[in-house]
Amino acid sequence: MTDVLVVAELMDGGLRRNTLAAVTLAKQIAEGTGGAFDILSIGEGSKAAADEAAKFGARKVLTAEIAGGYYAEAYSPTVAEVAKGGYGVVTATASTYGKDLLPRVAARLGAANISDIRGASVDGGNVSYVRPMYAGNVFGTVTANTDLAVVSVRQSEFDAATEAGGGSAIEEVSVTSDGAASKVEFVSLESQKSERPDLAEASTVVSGGRALKSGENFKTVLEPLVDAMGAAMGASRAAVDAGYVPGDLQVGQTGKVVAPALYVAVGISGAIQHLAGMKGSKTIVAINKDKEAPIAQVADYFLVADLFQAVPEMAEKVKAVKG
Amino acid sequence: MKILVPVKRVCDPDNANKVKVSDDGSSVTSDGLEWKPNPFDEYAVEAGLRLNENAPKNEKLGETVVVSFGASDVVQTMRQTLAMGADRGILVQADDAELDSMVVARALKSLVDAEQPDLVLMGKQAVDGDSNAAGQMLAEMLGWPMATFAMNIATDDGGKTLTVGREVDTGVLTLKVTLPAVVTVDLRIVAPDAVSNGVTPADHKYNDGARYASLKGIMQAKKKKIDQKKLGDLGIDTGLTTTYPKFELPPARTGSCEFVETVDELVDKLHNEAKVL
Ligand SMILES: Cc1cc2nc3c(=O)[nH]c(=O)nc-3n(C[C@H](O)[C@H](O)[C@H](O)COP(=O)(O)OP(=O)(O)OC[C@H]3O[C@@H](n4cnc5c(N)ncnc54)[C@H](O)[C@@H]3O)c2cc1C
Ligand SMILES: Nc1ncnc2c1ncn2[C@@H]1O[C@H](COP(=O)(O)O)[C@@H](O)[C@H]1O
Repeated sequence: MTDVLVVAELMDGGLRRNTLAAVTLAKQIAEGTGGAFDILSIGEGSKAAADEAAKFGARKVLTAEIAGGYYAEAYSPTVAEVAKGGYGVVTATASTYGKDLLPRVAARLGAANISDIRGASVDGGNVSYVRPMYAGNVFGTVTANTDLAVVSVRQSEFDAATEAGGGSAIEEVSVTSDGAASKVEFVSLESQKSERPDLAEASTVVSGGRALKSGENFKTVLEPLVDAMGAAMGASRAAVDAGYVPGDLQVGQTGKVVAPALYVAVGISGAIQHLAGMKGSKTIVAINKDKEAPIAQVADYFLVADLFQAVPEMAEKVKAVKG
Repeated sequence: MKILVPVKRVCDPDNANKVKVSDDGSSVTSDGLEWKPNPFDEYAVEAGLRLNENAPKNEKLGETVVVSFGASDVVQTMRQTLAMGADRGILVQADDAELDSMVVARALKSLVDAEQPDLVLMGKQAVDGDSNAAGQMLAEMLGWPMATFAMNIATDDGGKTLTVGREVDTGVLTLKVTLPAVVTVDLRIVAPDAVSNGVTPADHKYNDGARYASLKGIMQAKKKKIDQKKLGDLGIDTGLTTTYPKFELPPARTGSCEFVETVDELVDKLHNEAKVL
């Protein structure tokens, strides 16, 4: 019997939807081992987020109110304290939040840290995890040698949990703190709001690469296609490094990992590190003037063309087809 | 300031698709692939050197020490970072199978206790295991503040604090941390204006990327000291917290790549064949 604690990610005073990937893992382990799962809503706005989190079938939802912007030092002692309450697994989604916070919690508890899993299996009371390594070129099966395992979940590989009907009991827990938090000051979070779907959740992603040549071309050439397709916009590292688009659009081994129904790579060569972030997509389209570009290794359709001609034309034709 | 930079040796990341799994699935083999410094660690070395120099005057402001855990021939990889400009090295001999993020963090803690650096600057992730954990674990063990995924670093208060811009998935989150601290770096930390130390003039333009070793640097690196120790000598708990019973190659993508010449053909196929439009 393994009880699981999900550490929720909060955003703008509510529950961030990506939390539901970790809830799916928690359900799987709880059901598979005959245990239960709880959700810890921690941060600013924990009560409001808890009301949302209570809809997913957790035994209970715990709240810990911590005002101000997030930094791991302020959260890790409380998460660790709660985790000591009989859990066998502590999990969160492997966003930059989960990746930042969970290893601190693991270290505090001397627990195994298992990052960015793509799947789990339960065999009797034992849980093993599969995680991509070497930029997704190897899958490693891993088990924890400690009683408690701290596990982050790759969002693109786990469906979002669906509402379970009913509501979990909500309980407040006390906040624990230690000296490290007093040595950090939250200065700011600058986000660019976009009307487009979230990259991690969109069913279509259109990404641009170095070949776009400028931020201006991202706006005037690529965006009309992105919007005609109702897609989220992504980018390669080269496009981000060159300053064409912000870093949070980067798709890849060290950026966001996406697995939409349709991924369109425009002027992207398909370096290993880029493929690591999108090769799980269902249908992959490349638009590239070089037939030999390595993106061909994963593409289903490859339009050999100059993007500056093809992309505007495609935006028009997609609009026509979609009506 | 005194900066400790952990550097892992990894097999050539640009050929990661050529790694193989042993027949019994018990290990990953990278025979025939070159060894390279983990790119993020190389970036951390670059950032450390920038923090510790007055660039136009070619003047050193502090000591930059590289440390690695691995086989004895990792000294060659360490020499590459010494040739870039790091001052000395510490190699802790260990078999890769004896290490996981927890053991690495414990071992780093013991070196930090001995060396007392102001800053541990490291890669956000080793691109072989892709764990992204050792830095955070180290910070917790030390009771230090941290800033992960750093895309820029500026020293302030005469070197008592760092302001760090973190590249997070909703934008840029800026923290101010009091030294000593752990900072893990992301790709953009080697942009021309990513690091400012208050000494190198703000208008100094660095090249994009990590610096190349000069011929002089390579000659000097041969004389720089690399202390050798054994993992067992650190007096730490070396118990692994994780076990990897099996490795496998991911299933290949099914289907082949269909080349098309016109937008009409592409849109038609996406609409009628793949049914994604
Ligand atoms: C540690 C590390 C981590 C990394 N992580 C990531 C990551 O997460 N994500 C990522 O994307 N990269 C990552 N990279 C970088 C990666 O190795 C590549 O350098 C990068 O993906 C290249 O971007 P690109 O395909 O846009 O540019 P290029 O490789 O320069 O490709 C441009 C492509 O555009 C085509 N092209 C040019 N002009 C036109 C035109 N007019 N019309 C049509 N096609 C045209 C060219 O044929 C070419 O194929 C990482 C690298 C390192 C070292
Ligand atoms: N064997 C090692 N030797 C030196 N540094 C390491 C080693 N393993 C991990 N590190 C450091 O820890 C960082 C994060 O590694 P990981 O948690 O394994 O992804 C790396 O970027 C390195 O700075």
